[in-house]
Amino acid sequence: MNNLDLSVDFAGVTLKNPVTTASGTFSARESGEFYDINELGAVITKGVASEPWAGNPTPRIAETYGGMLNAVGLQNPGAVAFIEQEISYLKDFDTRIIANVAGRTIEEYCSVVEMLNETDVAMMEINISCPNVKKGGIGFGTDPRMAAEVTKAVKAISRKPIIIKLTPNVTDITEIAKAVEAEGADGVSLINTLLGMKIDTQRKKPVLANIMGGLSGPAVKPVAVRMVYQVRRAVNIPIMGLGGIMTGEDAAEFIMAGADIISVGTAALVNPTAPVDILQELKLYMQEQGFKTIADIRGAFNA
Amino acid sequence: MKKILTGNVICNDQIANDIYKMQISSSHMGTIRAGQFVNIYLEDKSLLLPRPISICDADENSITIVYKVVGKGTKELSAYKTNEKVRVSTPLGNGYFIDGKKFGGQTDDYKGKTVTVVGGGIGVPPMVLLARKLKEKGAQVTAAIGFQEEPFLVEELGKYCSEVYVATDNGTSGFQGNAVQMIREKNICSDEYFSCGPKVMLRALSDFCAEKDIPCQVSLEERMGCGYGACVGCTCKVKVKTEQGTEIQQRGVCKHGPVFFGEEVAWDE
Repeated sequence: MNNLDLSVDFAGVTLKNPVTTASGTFSARESGEFYDINELGAVITKGVASEPWAGNPTPRIAETYGGMLNAVGLQNPGAVAFIEQEISYLKDFDTRIIANVAGRTIEEYCSVVEMLNETDVAMMEINISCPNVKKGGIGFGTDPRMAAEVTKAVKAISRKPIIIKLTPNVTDITEIAKAVEAEGADGVSLINTLLGMKIDTQRKKPVLANIMGGLSGPAVKPVAVRMVYQVRRAVNIPIMGLGGIMTGEDAAEFIMAGADIISVGTAALVNPTAPVDILQELKLYMQEQGFKTIADIRGAFNA
Repeated sequence: MKKILTGNVICNDQIANDIYKMQISSSHMGTIRAGQFVNIYLEDKSLLLPRPISICDADENSITIVYKVVGKGTKELSAYKTNEKVRVSTPLGNGYFIDGKKFGGQTDDYKGKTVTVVGGGIGVPPMVLLARKLKEKGAQVTAAIGFQEEPFLVEELGKYCSEVYVATDNGTSGFQGNAVQMIREKNICSDEYFSCGPKVMLRALSDFCAEKDIPCQVSLEERMGCGYGACVGCTCKVKVKTEQGTEIQQRGVCKHGPVFFGEEVAWDE
């Protein structure tokens, strides 16, 4: 497989391969206990806010058929601790760092972006799509005007490329994608989780303490592929595709739909080595199909 | 590095109503601490998440888990036959602190000390390996275990414990009531208590130990996602001493726990 070139240019940043870790499912030390982080094109860290967030009460996790619901609520230690603990640890690895940024207000997003400007982060992914926080989060992601406003504000101060993470919980995702592209977003990532719910019919109560949570895993993959396909035809900026990628062929499917790079999320909870396994499977798939580059995969798709 | 291994099922027997004991061959587990757990990865791919199950006992070539059939995942597990393959992680989480220094004192030397392992229901299994390790360290070990109805692992605990006290909710076997009521009524005294079971039991034991100023360790349970600290799905609240006083902080049950000191846990939060 030495003749394969998996490198990708994403928003002006070169990644050695298109496989990254979806925010919220990767932790440098813990994930690194199962595989060599250096193998990945990039790692995307957990959402970080300007101040520590406690997240939601437990239970925060519920399994569903072919998927899972989470209502973690972006628990994080705040940007100062995050930079000290996570970025300073990750910077010595040979992989790009993409920091996921959370906020309840535009000012909060900007404050984190300002702090991350001074770090080894290669790009920032702005989370305007978390369904588990009451203020900010999805509130920005479902309204094209608000999505544009956040994008404009963070672009004005960021010295790194900005990726906007989009929610699938909208009528037309292309409207939001076009709105953030118009304000200078360097890329978009999609999809974040679908708002879902599970009821314990024995206890007659919701399974999650938060009642509702975000659905992820293979159950959402067809929705995600469809949205990547739609957004690819609506905007010209690069796309990070994610949502239920479990295998190398799943990754290829997202690339055919229009993704430039992909993120592995829930699969890493199901199998801790999933990100590197999927990369290996993608290489095997390319070899079997006679593809030499990621562009070859995309070019082979014919709708 | 932590790993996912493929082991062979050596045996998988029902030992009580809905309770199964599975021995899995696994020669590359590494060091196992009492109170750690393993993730079992299921074959049914519609059930995405691994099942975290405490380690009941272990030797150089195998681990033993004891689990209750409560849903589709554990139902699948109960159907595994001898020689079938099972995917299992290397040990996860922190076990009981019985080596080296610990919160509030030394734990190296258990010679001449009395300890009590307290298990409730499906919290009883990790007490077996713990009792064995404590006995190996020279402690005189007592077990106080409680069940809804049907006791299990009494004989196994008997190998390492000088006494095994049994309680059942309906009194069909042993003391009528729960394990902590039994400890109080039978005045089961010791220098340290270790426990795993329902939260209400752990809290009652923690309160009992606080009254008597005796250290206790509790193994908490929370619904987990990954089981290795990546998803932050399972958290509990602990009291942490800072320069400003005591503050409540969150800890990952799978990563920082599942074992905590009773006095650390913020039960009301």
